[in-house]
Amino acid sequence: MIDLIATKHTYLVVVALLAIGAYVMIESDNFVKKIIGLNVFQTGIFVFFISAAFRTDGASPVVQSGGGGGPFVSPLPHVLILTAIVVGVSLTAVALGLVVRIYESYGTINEDTLEEVLAND
Amino acid sequence: MTDAFVPLLVAVPLLGAVLAVAAGLVSERGPAAVAAAVLVVQTVLAGWIGSQALLNGELSNGVGGFVAPYGIELVVDGLSAVVVTLVAVVSLAVLVYAVRDDPGGTAFYAQYLLLVTGLSGMSVTGDVFNLYVFLEISGLATYALVASAGTGRSAVSALKYLLFGTVAASLYLLGVGYALVATGTLNMADLAVELANVGYDSPLVLASFGFVVVGLATKTALFPLHTWQPDAYNDSPDSVSALISALVSTVAAYALLRIVYTVYTPAFFDAVPVARDAIVVFACLSIVVGSVLAVAQSEVKRMLAYSSVSQYGLVVVGLAIGTRAAVFGAVVHLVGHAIMKGGLFVAAGTVDDLTGATTVEEYAGLADRFPVLGGASAVLMLAMVGVPPAVGFAGKWYIALGAVRAGTWPVAVVIFTSTLLTLAYFAILVERMFVAPASASVRAATDGGAESERLGGPAAPPRSLLALVVGAAVVAVVLGFAVTGLETALEPTLDTLLSP
Repeated sequence: MIDLIATKHTYLVVVALLAIGAYVMIESDNFVKKIIGLNVFQTGIFVFFISAAFRTDGASPVVQSGGGGGPFVSPLPHVLILTAIVVGVSLTAVALGLVVRIYESYGTINEDTLEEVLAND
Repeated sequence: MTDAFVPLLVAVPLLGAVLAVAAGLVSERGPAAVAAAVLVVQTVLAGWIGSQALLNGELSNGVGGFVAPYGIELVVDGLSAVVVTLVAVVSLAVLVYAVRDDPGGTAFYAQYLLLVTGLSGMSVTGDVFNLYVFLEISGLATYALVASAGTGRSAVSALKYLLFGTVAASLYLLGVGYALVATGTLNMADLAVELANVGYDSPLVLASFGFVVVGLATKTALFPLHTWQPDAYNDSPDSVSALISALVSTVAAYALLRIVYTVYTPAFFDAVPVARDAIVVFACLSIVVGSVLAVAQSEVKRMLAYSSVSQYGLVVVGLAIGTRAAVFGAVVHLVGHAIMKGGLFVAAGTVDDLTGATTVEEYAGLADRFPVLGGASAVLMLAMVGVPPAVGFAGKWYIALGAVRAGTWPVAVVIFTSTLLTLAYFAILVERMFVAPASASVRAATDGGAESERLGGPAAPPRSLLALVVGAAVVAVVLGFAVTGLETALEPTLDTLLSP
């Protein structure tokens, strides 16, 4: 157990982030909090990729002019996650835009209240 | 030579989206004109590249000169040729409706073209991470298009769709991560080899398969992951529901087919039979539950949406069974469903505009007032039920044939039951339209509607929309005859795909 915490602690962080994100998304009635939960969930996945790329004693993947300098940390997952972060930011922007529209139309960002309003509509 | 043109399938609509924004600054009608021109070019391009791929075999292009597996590869084989052509043709046809019915502003047409970009990209990419990016591009465009109805309700549906869609795509990304950790590659063809080397019973490979399938199944709207879909279809503008019902889940189902057979290969199913069984069970549940929920609906658009849950279940069961007949049936049903459902949503939207009728009850006596529209919708509905010789019959026939040949009899029974249920909900609608007289209460309701007042009573449906619905009905029937030709054309692709 101690060994697991010592060597694989980033993966424990991944599990925690995924669980917290999913829980907030499901349990919270507030749309903004749901979106924050979504972001936490996605961040868990980002951390997973970055941890997978890590290599003990690995250098930054920039080859010196003379060559050599390895071993390197894998640069591929970092690039992938950079793309995924951009996607996540755009999604958050669209989601918050929709929340603003919902607030303008119904005067609430609470899911339960909104359902009551929609049912009476 | 043709290889070099493959990236244009993605670049043309993407550039078009930017041009549409620029055109919007110049004139009000500019974006629609740009969208039409771009989609015509895209259709010609997709038709040409697609026919080349069907005739001469797979085309592939390493984007930016980086060779696979290090770079992103775009691949067009027989299967992606069919899907990318379908995307181009259907989006061009629905644009005719969109220009007329929901003349949205610059943003609408830019999003429309972005959606086409994302869907075309999903169809031609040969890289699992690139597929994630295109999945999110088409997702973002879809959420914005659903909300473009401008009502509060559509914003709620779009947000719900966004939350579901993003979690689905994130799960897919997590699955890709597991596959990357196991193999160190993202190229689909390369992954197929590397995953086999790692061993199909490795926990990493099993977990990646699980995440990828659940993610794409949510995007395909398989029961019980379908709850976003009826609201999204029901609350979006009419032209958008026609477009997304015809294409978005279709391309997600294609992606599922592509991942299952190109990346995990049939050998994975042989090594882990429980994976196949699980998909078959969920797909069968979707088929039955989707149909039952559709029968219970009183609103027409919602009924069509639940019907999609059942039809995609049929497609997924075909791809999970994995015999050549079943997979071919799944492809035929995908194409057929896109045309039939798109046509039916256009018809439902037109009826709504003309009379304000949205529920099954309000459809009473409709065929008397609009005989051509009613007739064409009835043909589309019967095609969806699976009356020969329409394409709906061909798809179901091949899937059932594949199921029987593979020895999975219960699946054939489920398909038969679902056909009866499909008949049940469409028969109600056909009966309302053709047999039931327009009752006084309904007449009052429709005449009192703001829509018909504005139009001064039920006018004749516009000719372009009539042509669209009749065209869809004709294609649905003609395609039924063309299926054997398509089978010959797809034979080499399916053989490569299904060979272990």
